[in-house]
Amino acid sequence: MLDFSILFDHMDMYLEGFWNTLQASLLALVGSFVLGTLFAIFRISPIGPLKWIATAYVEFVRNIPLILVVFLFFVGLPAIGIVLEPFIAGTLGLTVYTAAFIAETIRAGILAIPKGQTEAARSSGLTYGQTMRYIILPQAIKVVIPPMGNQFINLVKNSSILGVIAGLDLMYFGDLISADTFVTFDVYIFVAVFYLILTLPLSAFVSYLERRLAGSR
Amino acid sequence: MKANKLWKKVAGMGLVLMLSATALAGCGGGSKAEGGAQGTSGAQGAGTLAKIKERDKFVVGVKYDLNLFGLKDPATGNVEGFDIDIAKAIAKKVLGDENKIELKEVTSKTRIPMLKNGEIDAIIATMTITEDRKKEVDFSDVYFLAGQSFLVKKDSSINSLKDMQKGMKIVTAKGSTSAKNIRASAPDLEVLEFENYAEAFTALKAGQGDALTTDNALLYGMAKQDPNYRVTEETFTEEPYGIAISKGDAEFVKTVNDLLKEMKENGEYDKIYEKWIGTKPTK
Repeated sequence: MLDFSILFDHMDMYLEGFWNTLQASLLALVGSFVLGTLFAIFRISPIGPLKWIATAYVEFVRNIPLILVVFLFFVGLPAIGIVLEPFIAGTLGLTVYTAAFIAETIRAGILAIPKGQTEAARSSGLTYGQTMRYIILPQAIKVVIPPMGNQFINLVKNSSILGVIAGLDLMYFGDLISADTFVTFDVYIFVAVFYLILTLPLSAFVSYLERRLAGSR
Repeated sequence: MKANKLWKKVAGMGLVLMLSATALAGCGGGSKAEGGAQGTSGAQGAGTLAKIKERDKFVVGVKYDLNLFGLKDPATGNVEGFDIDIAKAIAKKVLGDENKIELKEVTSKTRIPMLKNGEIDAIIATMTITEDRKKEVDFSDVYFLAGQSFLVKKDSSINSLKDMQKGMKIVTAKGSTSAKNIRASAPDLEVLEFENYAEAFTALKAGQGDALTTDNALLYGMAKQDPNYRVTEETFTEEPYGIAISKGDAEFVKTVNDLLKEMKENGEYDKIYEKWIGTKPTK
């Protein structure tokens, strides 16, 4: 049987961790969505340098482990004189890492829209930017919602990387509670429940969006 | 078409190979860890000493990331240090050969669960004897007496606990006594805990903290690695290190205590102490 006294005795730590995990996830979610969309557009843009920068970014970031990306911000930046709080460094690392995957997801969505649409839009006088904004992206969004939902769920779970750099998230406090009580299993079961409080609604929301948008297609 | 079929075959074979390799690895690991205990009937409930003799190997949890106490030399792959020399002495006493040991890496976080699981026979990993821990494990007599102080930049103004100012950041390792002590002694400080001391030191070097705190014995090792850092002389706690043994195994505790006494009397302990710490023990 689970020892609930562990949960109640350390509620303040669990809640602080939960709150910080929620914040880190939300910040990284918004950040990586914006950054990822930008890089996806760069990657398929007709302008050479933009394309190269975006390709280099995606290929570099998504092919190294998340912890190294986070370390880049945590111990790499200080080497050039910029010291960030562990929480900020971790959230930035998480954003940059997730953005690479989001960029690929969105790019795939854009490429799924028939080329004829772009050609039609361009020949009716819309600029490249306008074509993207009014014709292609609104359609692509529907295609990418399911894979994007996966990325965001991964993002919430990946935020546990903050625990490694003392980022004060759920995992960090889980480790401290475990060290304090000498209990491993029960402590982390409660940590898992707190993660589920975040990820299950997110998962349900993605399914809902998927159903709604499927009708309008 | 032909190539396609061939490819499928190769992939299939690869899969089978992988699966069987995993299965084999699983068996190997299992028999290694438990073969000794299950070799004869009625091994259940036998003391650690009997388990070690049956296995003909002393399995001990040590640190791999601590200069002077337990450090893995990346060049040779050997783990060396004060704790390892103590482990070797136990193996020599129990099994007659100091090389009959198997080292397993532990951290402050994993060591007690690993001892409780029976993965290791003892913990020799700079572990402070505390009342809390005594509820979980049994300890030998003190095998090393350390005290907590700070590792700071050479030009830092911090020389003791009194120099700490509100809001200063202190880094240390998760699950360590040092973290509890500093929180109790100076509640105004911000304490950040990392996976191990190597990472805490990395964080300190990256400017993520004003000082690193733990037992001076460990700090001297870190200062040796990087001459830009120094250890503050004043200690604000006493940290008696003990060898942790499964709860209730009085027989093995006595064996270890007798050995420690013997080593202190015949000078072997002093020799090991001087080899690693560089000075003679104070008592």
